[in-house]
Amino acid sequence: MTIETKKELAVAALQNGIVIDHIPCNSLFKVVNILGIQNMENGVFIGNNLSSRSMGRKGLIKIADINLPKETLNRIAVVAPNAVINIIKDYAVVDKHKVELPEDLVDIIKCNNPKCISNNEPMATHFHVIDEEANHFKCRYCERIVAREEVVLK
Amino acid sequence: MQNRNLVSISDLTKDEILALLKRAKEFEKNPNQHILDGKVVGSLFFEPSTRTRLSFETAVNRLGGRVIGFSDARTSSQSKGETLKDTIMMVANYADLIVMRHPLEGAARYASEISKVPVVNAGDGSNQHPSQTMLDLYTIYQTQGTLENLTITMVGDLKYGRTVHSLLEAMHFFNPKFIFVACDELKMPEQYKEYCKELGIEYEETREFNEEIINKTDILYMTRVQRERFSDLMEYERVKNIYTLTASMLKGCKPNLRVLHPLPRVTEIAQDVDNTPQAYYFEQALNGLYTREAIICRALGL
Repeated sequence: MTIETKKELAVAALQNGIVIDHIPCNSLFKVVNILGIQNMENGVFIGNNLSSRSMGRKGLIKIADINLPKETLNRIAVVAPNAVINIIKDYAVVDKHKVELPEDLVDIIKCNNPKCISNNEPMATHFHVIDEEANHFKCRYCERIVAREEVVLK
Repeated sequence: MQNRNLVSISDLTKDEILALLKRAKEFEKNPNQHILDGKVVGSLFFEPSTRTRLSFETAVNRLGGRVIGFSDARTSSQSKGETLKDTIMMVANYADLIVMRHPLEGAARYASEISKVPVVNAGDGSNQHPSQTMLDLYTIYQTQGTLENLTITMVGDLKYGRTVHSLLEAMHFFNPKFIFVACDELKMPEQYKEYCKELGIEYEETREFNEEIINKTDILYMTRVQRERFSDLMEYERVKNIYTLTASMLKGCKPNLRVLHPLPRVTEIAQDVDNTPQAYYFEQALNGLYTREAIICRALGL
C-alpha cells in the first residue's frame, strides 16, 4: 500500500460512528454549529464541495465513535433538509435514513423580530413549522413568521 | 377548577368565545359580585396603559378581589435589570392571577409558560391584546344581537393595527364579510388576506371611504392613523383627512350600523358623530369592564 492510499483510507473509512451526507455546501458549517461539532473530542472529518451525482456538489461530515439521538440529528434539517445519516458499525452501514424536520424547533433558530421576548431574555427560542414544505416557521412567542431563507441560527 | 391562560385570541375556540360573551352579559346586568373574595391579582404593567390597567383593576375590585402590582416598569425591579422570568416567578408566589402588559412581543406567552398561576395578556407589543378583541366581539354582539353574517368595515391603519387583525381572526367563526378601507401605506397585510381566502371569507379592499361603503356596513370599525407610521409627512396630512368619519356620512346608513373605535381617537371620528345614534365607542369601552370580569373568572376557573 502506498502512502497516498493509506492517507485516503484514513479519511474515508470509519470503523464506528456516523456519516452525514448530502449537506448543501453553503450549510456545511451551519450543520457543524447546530451539532456543536467544534466542541467534540471525537475524530471528525469534514469535506466540502465534493462531487455528487444528485446535488452537483455537496458537503459531508464523518464523526467517529459517536451515537447521536435521532432528535439531535433531525435539528440539522432546518438548513440541510435532504441530508442523509449513515450509521457505521465495523466499517459497515447498519442504518441509513434522511433527516426529518421536527414539528417544533426548540432553540435552533433565532427570531428575526428584535422586539420578540426571545431576543431579550435568556431563554430558549421555539418555532412551529407551519407548512407542509417546511419553508415557514412561526415564533411561538411573538407569532412572527420566518421563511427558511431568512433563518438565522441561534 | 381549571386554571386557564389567555394570551392570544386564537387560543380560544368558538364555544369558549361564546361562553365568555355569555358570562360578560351576566356582569353587565350585575357588575358587582363577590366572586374574587380573598383573591389577589398581580397587575404588572411593564409599560404604561392607563385605560387598560384601570379597566382590569376595576374589574378585580368590582368582583371583590385585591390588586398588587405596578403601572410602569420604572417602578419595578426590571429597572435594576431583573429578567422577566424572575419578576414573574416572584409575583406568582404572591398572586392568584397575573394580568400583564409588556412592550416586547411574546412576553405574555413566555410568562404563561413559567408562571404557576394563570396569566392574562393585557397587550404584548404590537402582537396580541385579547381582552380588547373580546370587548369588540361583545360590543358587536350587544349592538347587532348576533355575531353571524355581518358586514364589518375596517378603516384606517390596517397594517399595524393589532386590534383589526385580532378581530378579523376572532370573527372567522361567524361567517363575516369584510371591507378593508385604507391607503396603500396602511393596507391590510397579505398574510391576513391570505387567511380570509383560505377560510373562504369574503372581503373587498378599497382606498375610498364614502357613503356607498358605509351604507352596506353593519359595523364600522375605525382606527387611528398614527403619524409615526409615515416616512412622508405630506402623505400623512393627506391620508389623515380622507379617513375621517363625519356625521353627514352616516345619513343613509343601515339603522343597525354602529361605529366602534378602540380609542383613543384623534381626528378619525369628527366630534359631531358623538351625537348620532350610531356612535358606540364610549359604550364599547365600558364593555371592557364586563368582558374583563368574565376573562378573570375564566382564568381562575371560577
